[in-house]
Amino acid sequence: MSFLELRRVSKCYGTGAAEVHALVDVDLGVERGSLVAVMGPSGSGKSTLLTIAGSLEEPTSGEVVVDGRSLSAMSRNDKARLRRRTVGYVFQDYNLLGGLTAAENVSLPLELDGIPAKKAHRVGMAALEELGLADRAAHYPDQLSGGERQRVAIARAIVGERSLLLADEPSGALDSVNGDAVMRMVLAACRRGVAAMVVTHDARLASWADRVVFIRDGRIMDQTVPPPTPESLLTGVPASGPRP
Amino acid sequence: MSVRHALLAFLSEGPKYGLQLRQEFEESTGEIWPLNAGQVYSTLQRLERDDLIESDDRGEEAGPQKMFRITEAGRSELDVWLSTPPDMTEPPRDELVIKVLSALRVPGISVHDVIQVHRRYVVELMQQWTRLKEDEGDLDLTFALVADAELLRLDSIARWLDTADGRLRRAGTEAPSERTGPRIRRRLVARR
Repeated sequence: MSFLELRRVSKCYGTGAAEVHALVDVDLGVERGSLVAVMGPSGSGKSTLLTIAGSLEEPTSGEVVVDGRSLSAMSRNDKARLRRRTVGYVFQDYNLLGGLTAAENVSLPLELDGIPAKKAHRVGMAALEELGLADRAAHYPDQLSGGERQRVAIARAIVGERSLLLADEPSGALDSVNGDAVMRMVLAACRRGVAAMVVTHDARLASWADRVVFIRDGRIMDQTVPPPTPESLLTGVPASGPRP
Repeated sequence: MSVRHALLAFLSEGPKYGLQLRQEFEESTGEIWPLNAGQVYSTLQRLERDDLIESDDRGEEAGPQKMFRITEAGRSELDVWLSTPPDMTEPPRDELVIKVLSALRVPGISVHDVIQVHRRYVVELMQQWTRLKEDEGDLDLTFALVADAELLRLDSIARWLDTADGRLRRAGTEAPSERTGPRIRRRLVARR
């Protein structure tokens, strides 16, 4: 079973003539250890999909299952615990707290979850070290470059035992070298067993994913098939060509 | 690709044997642009004929054991080539663009479906290049540069498909404006 599963998820905003169908009967699964990109233009419903998958928003109908547990069957407290312990979010604008250092930003979710400050700091530092940011730990967000801020945001999202990473245009404002570094980290987290879903309009960002799902007007309309082997590019064997 | 100028670039580093040139060519670009030994040697022959390179023995045919060096004329030819932008004034006859424009005219075909088929294919290719770059790019700078170029080229196609899709949706039609063809032609002709 997929670690994250969306089953016939729909979301409507407004009523009557003003009703907007942001998502319509979306079925989507993300396995442990895999990176799925949801690609679509703005207004296609991809950000709504992400907030519903992360229990930040309720679907109008359908079911979201995380690690075998249906969100609709969870109490508000259980959902809050899930968000603190299991789900890591990365947003395009980093969402770091300006008054806290990089290390404090990373360890904050652990402390909120009741882990003693010293231990939280140690675990947070380990996450920063892993992302090559140990020497920036005492810096405040406004003393970091855009790439560094986003790496801190990723450290915060994967710190502790988090096993679901949800990211909204995580390399959106970065140049391509920094954007590559960010996606390399997301992929590395996946290879350690994290299930990750990235929503984006950007094909270069989506190309890091194991599977790319295309969304349009709230509906999933298509997805990539796993490529044969990348080496086919070098040996002249056609990859998956256009299908009839 | 200009094999001729690539060979001049290798020789600008210093005199080299035919075999060495062939090996360097293969190491730097061979995986992406395979070239056979015959092409390398015949190009060296033509470069020598045009006095852009020279060898100790002009009588023999270009081969693995022959030593070549770049001449003054070869060096200035190389300098001019490096600093002359390739001609990009004419839009290429892009088959993908033509397919999308044609889909607009065909009754019963959704141009958005056609666009999606191509978008998916381009993204699948990009997935493969990204994976390859991750596997090999750290080891090989030339390869990483080539992979970047290919990823950005494919990305520009994906962006064009997104733009075309959005523009057609905003226009709210699957049928072309009657003047699409002539208008495009007029503008292109006007640019020449």
